[in-house]
Amino acid sequence: MAVNAPANSSAARSATEGLRRRQWASALSAAIRTPRGAIGLTLTSVVVLIAAVGPLIAPYSPTQLMTVEFAKPSAQHLLGSDFLGRDVLSRVLNGGWLMLVMAIAATAIGLAGGAAAGISAAYFRGRSDGVIMRTVDVVLAFPQIVFALLLLSIIGPKLWLIVIAVGISHAPQVARVLRSATLDISERDYIKVVELQGMPPAKVMLKEILPNLVSPLMVEAGLRLTYSIVIMAGLSFLGFGQPPPAPSWGIMINENQVGLSLNPWAVIIPAALIGLLTIGTNTFTDAIARVAIGVDRRPEESALISRLGQSEAQ
Amino acid sequence: MRHESAVGALAASSRLPVRPRLDVNGLEVRLGRSGPDVVSEVSFSVQAGELLGLVGESGSGKTTVALALLGHARGGLMITSGEVRLDGANILGLSPKQLRDVRGARVSYVPQDPSSSLNPALRVGTQLREALRVHPGVVGDPDARIAEVMREVRLDATPEMMRRYPHQLSGGQQQRIGLAMAFACRPSLIVLDEPTTGLDVTTQRHVLDTVRSLSRSYGVAAVYVSHDLAVVSGLVNTVAVMYAGRIIEQGPTARLFCEPLHPYTRGLIGAVPSPDRTEVLTGIEGQQPRPGRRGSGCTFAARCSLVTEECRSQTPEPVMIGGQMVRCLRATEAGTTQGIRRAAVPRPAAPATEPVLSVRDLRASYGHKAVLFDVGLDVPPESCVAVVGESGSGKTTLARCISGLHANWTGAISFRGATLAQPARKRPADVLQRVQYVFQNPYTSLNPRKTVGQIVAQPLEQFFDLPFRERAERVAAVLADVSLGPDFVSRYPDQLSGGERQRVAIARALAAEPDLLICDEVTSSLDVSVQAIIVELLRRIQRERHLAMLFITHNLALVRSIAQSVVVLRDGTVVEQGPVRQVLEHPADPYTVALMEDVPKLRTTAGVTAEGPPAGRHSAQGHAAGPDAQQ
Repeated sequence: MAVNAPANSSAARSATEGLRRRQWASALSAAIRTPRGAIGLTLTSVVVLIAAVGPLIAPYSPTQLMTVEFAKPSAQHLLGSDFLGRDVLSRVLNGGWLMLVMAIAATAIGLAGGAAAGISAAYFRGRSDGVIMRTVDVVLAFPQIVFALLLLSIIGPKLWLIVIAVGISHAPQVARVLRSATLDISERDYIKVVELQGMPPAKVMLKEILPNLVSPLMVEAGLRLTYSIVIMAGLSFLGFGQPPPAPSWGIMINENQVGLSLNPWAVIIPAALIGLLTIGTNTFTDAIARVAIGVDRRPEESALISRLGQSEAQ
Repeated sequence: MRHESAVGALAASSRLPVRPRLDVNGLEVRLGRSGPDVVSEVSFSVQAGELLGLVGESGSGKTTVALALLGHARGGLMITSGEVRLDGANILGLSPKQLRDVRGARVSYVPQDPSSSLNPALRVGTQLREALRVHPGVVGDPDARIAEVMREVRLDATPEMMRRYPHQLSGGQQQRIGLAMAFACRPSLIVLDEPTTGLDVTTQRHVLDTVRSLSRSYGVAAVYVSHDLAVVSGLVNTVAVMYAGRIIEQGPTARLFCEPLHPYTRGLIGAVPSPDRTEVLTGIEGQQPRPGRRGSGCTFAARCSLVTEECRSQTPEPVMIGGQMVRCLRATEAGTTQGIRRAAVPRPAAPATEPVLSVRDLRASYGHKAVLFDVGLDVPPESCVAVVGESGSGKTTLARCISGLHANWTGAISFRGATLAQPARKRPADVLQRVQYVFQNPYTSLNPRKTVGQIVAQPLEQFFDLPFRERAERVAAVLADVSLGPDFVSRYPDQLSGGERQRVAIARALAAEPDLLICDEVTSSLDVSVQAIIVELLRRIQRERHLAMLFITHNLALVRSIAQSVVVLRDGTVVEQGPVRQVLEHPADPYTVALMEDVPKLRTTAGVTAEGPPAGRHSAQGHAAGPDAQQ
């Protein structure tokens, strides 16, 4: 994890200044044009492609027992077989998409919940700020995976619960970042203008403040997605994901670790895919964050000139 | 008029064939080594003991030139050619080590903002001693020199003063320390970069007096960078007007302001408001071209009223006309000797009816700190009331209380007879719609993520239930009212200039169809040519729409141009109020008298001179305090 949370929150704050309209599009395209962004996006797309198209091109059923346990790779079974003699390639191709969907869903829940909490805490200030942010602190006190395990052990291992639990465990981080960005924006004159028009608070937050939070939101989305993938894989490894016969990269690592010397591919390939995916999303997020702060943006002449003009204006 | 003779003597001595102290030749600064030029063909010279004023609007390159005089270019910029000769030696040819020896000792710089240029963690005495320590041997006894220079900038060189930190000084004192640091090593050249911007007029006048007397008595050459023509006209011997990176006109101060040759200079002078006369201000439409987009031909052609085909294709070379250098193809023909004539403002008689807004016994505070004390004022219908005061006088707090942005106040504010609740959210929609507020800074009052069309449509959505088509029509109409075309609807704020942004902000306020418009320092972040346009726009709109207006400003000169009556605030108390003419011409309160004396005034002898004889530069302040003022 190259990106750590504090660096990102400051990136997020200056991001509100650094970027322009149709921000997400312009930030994405600027990020892709940096080497960092290109590498990140390539890695991510390759793994996502494998996960998405895999079930369609898998040569065998992922659950059918085909051959001996831990068979070495052969012409029939390119990656050999696992601890029950199932085709590793087919399991790998089938084992990504559900985890990916769950990670994305959890990220969406975390972003929505965190944004709502953070923006309203910053906008209302006072008591609501205290209540929301102290609640956030409490959730934050649990390590994310422990929090998810706690909920799962109380309610039982259900896929929707995993998604919600991971989502909730993301919300506090998102809330903190967006709160600090909102604190700055809510003091701007254009917010005062709509308040003087009597615009209701919910509308102010949604229509006036939220559009100015696009770049911190993007950075948070990328970062939380990375963490979601790691947690989903981790939970699956621990046996809280899909129940056993189903293929999943996390559970494959767990199942096949005993045969590491016989057919290492059954462990290496799922582990590598998880690794590449998280490195990819994280690198790409890093590229977005850097573009947002302006580190990796070519100093455009027009920007320089307008800076010169501003310093002379006063 | 003792100054007058001193200037005469000095001017005479400078005509001797002596080498000028500072000689700048063909200075050019570019964006990178081969990028577009930011500043080019800048040449001027300054004699010892003389002041040169470098004036221009934001983006003209004046600060870039000022820094180049110290051999410095800001990040991304490069000094690509030209020479800056100080007593014959080219500063631009020095090595970094030599440059360090020269800076501070022989060339010194007074930056714009004293509060940010002094180190807040060091005592004043330490900072003063620093320059002398870095350049040992420049003066004999550092402590004696510090005491001397402190006396010269009219500060007490007491040990207590030396032990203070910058934040324990007032803005004026801080700038005096800045001046003392600059003069400490007895430099040959001093560059002053808008040193009085942000200071109150009284403080500004004292600082300017100090600058003037110091540069005379030391025989230093001084370059004074400013956007304020009025300040420059009363201070310097020679003026160089910069536009789009070039000096477009240069000449002796009195001549240049009385008989400006370049249409831009004429436009600028026409845009400066005067506290003495009520005149229509004439701004200059359009914008200065940025570096790299200056094209061929005259850079002013796009905004010039005298433009010909030739102007667009042929770059004007500098020509000398009667001691004035000017870059204009039509300088000789374009009505050169006519002064700037300005029409008097027609003054509508305010009908004596119920006031639209009435404020009584208003006391406001931030936390426990009281900022307004028993303020009372009335805004009659269809008239404009100006609230004038220096920074910290509480004028913006007053506006914020009236609009409902600031809720911590007691007293009574009534609008059309109805008493207003303190915070805006407790006020009925009807009141919110009829009272509109225009903010000071158009760079923060427009949401950067919304188009101009969305911004202006906002109050329409909020207050009126209109079908989509009618809303679009109204947006176009109100934009047209502030002289913005329909193509602005789809633009974003960052594609607009400061003046255009402020027009959008005004359009947004007008879209609500208000009865009362509160304008809080709406022109203070704009250039003077744009300020004139905005002020004229507001006056026209106020008349056409029969608006009542509360115009908050620190600029006494603007009051004349826009308001019918004026309220003078000082430290949260109303010291004087009444019709503009009465208050400004026969001020009763000593504070108003002092304000009127200290406000810098542009000396243009041509044009309207009915109210006073053409006087020398330095009688500017004396003249203002004429017989009227002495009660």
